[in-house]
This record gives sequence, C-alpha cells and structure tokens, in this order.
Amino acid sequence: MTESTGGIDMEDEASGTIKKFAFINRKAPYGTVYALEALEVVLISAAFDQDVSLVFADDGVYQLKKGQATKAVGMKNFSPTYRALEGYDIEKLYVEKESMEARGLTADDLVVDVEVLGAAELADLLEEQDVVLSF
Amino acid sequence: MGFEINGKTYETDEEGYLVNLAEWDEDAAKHLAIEEKVEMTPAHWEVINFLREYYNDYQIAPAVRVLTKAIGKKLGPEKGNSKYLYELFPYGPAKQACKIAGLPKPTGCI
Repeated sequence: MTESTGGIDMEDEASGTIKKFAFINRKAPYGTVYALEALEVVLISAAFDQDVSLVFADDGVYQLKKGQATKAVGMKNFSPTYRALEGYDIEKLYVEKESMEARGLTADDLVVDVEVLGAAELADLLEEQDVVLSF
Repeated sequence: MGFEINGKTYETDEEGYLVNLAEWDEDAAKHLAIEEKVEMTPAHWEVINFLREYYNDYQIAPAVRVLTKAIGKKLGPEKGNSKYLYELFPYGPAKQACKIAGLPKPTGCI
C-alpha cells in the first residue's frame, strides 16, 4: 500500500527482517485479561508485517468457542474479533488436538477456521519460530 | 468530559472519543465531525456507516491498512485506497473516521 499523505510505511521499515512469531494462548477467555491482551498484541503486530502464528492450547481453546454469552460476567464478548484476523493477514491459526478433545470440542465448535495439530506437530512448529510468546 | 445535544449528554474520553458506543447517533456524529473540522458529505457517511458495520461484526476498530482493504472489497478499488480516504479524513481515516463513528481508537493506531 502506498501512503500519499501522512502515515508510516511499515513495509519499508520491516523489509528484510521478517521473523516468525508464535503467540500461544493457554487461558480461558474471561476471568483473566490474558486472552484479550494477547489478541491486542497480535493485532498490533500485524502492522509490522511479520510471520505470525497463533496457537490455542489448554483452556485457550475456549477463546475460539462459538456462542460465548458474556453478559453475566460483565465483559465484552470479543470472540468476533478473531474473525477479523484474516483481514489483518493473520491466517495461521492452530489448535492443539489433545486440548480440544479433552474439552469435548471439535473444529466445528470454533468461530474461525483453524488447523488442528497434535502436541508433537505443535512442538515442531514452535521449534521453527524465532519468537514464542505465551499468554 | 463530554458534550450535550438537545438535552442528551454524550461522555467522551480525554482524546474526544465517545466512551459509550451505544450513545452514538447521527447528532453525535455531526458534533464530532465539527470538532474534527470535517464537513460531512454522503461519501463521508458511507465510510462512517462502513465502520459501524465493521465494528458490529468484529468488535474492533480496524487499522487503516485493514480498513482500506475492506472498503476496497465492499465499495470498489476507487474507494479502497488511502488517497481517497485521506481526502475525506485528512488527519487519518482510522483515527478521525473512527472518532466520528463513535468507535474506540483503533488498536495499533500509530
């Protein structure tokens, strides 16, 4: 994208130094601020054109669960925001198979399309990363 | 902080963004536009309405790059470019248009 007036061209600044970032989400969406904070960091990171992967494991898989009713806990339901990630060119979403199955969930229960990986495959994926951030 | 129109009060934060999204209406938009020195035309409203819909769908205010792309997809390439959007909102389409649309400041807005 070319900016004719104002704005900062991130592509120029980041060119040549694209790193592989993985954000691991392990906590339930509400009750702590981790899930929402992680999502905000991910959205910000998109401005820097890095190679970003999102991993959902343990209770973190609940972040993607369809039909979140948050009124009673007094929090905004931010799960629709995961569907905006595609527009931010963040398309690598992985869910750990074991975590999902242990919670009786399938990929159909999730608000976005994900790739389901077993723990061993996930370990390989994380091995490839330059930076791993756990939330 | 805040402002009042026809007896209805609107609370704003220190940067002038509406605190309560649900309070937004056309009167508020017109007031916020005047504060931003933006003269609203149908083209401006089109972007504002687009942003309201985007927020409704995704619960966030999009970054400029994302907004530009999304507008291009929905309203055509002649509108989905930064030149067009900066002409409408000279101080930054995401920032100014989001404010007028009653949305929070975009995440990652620089």
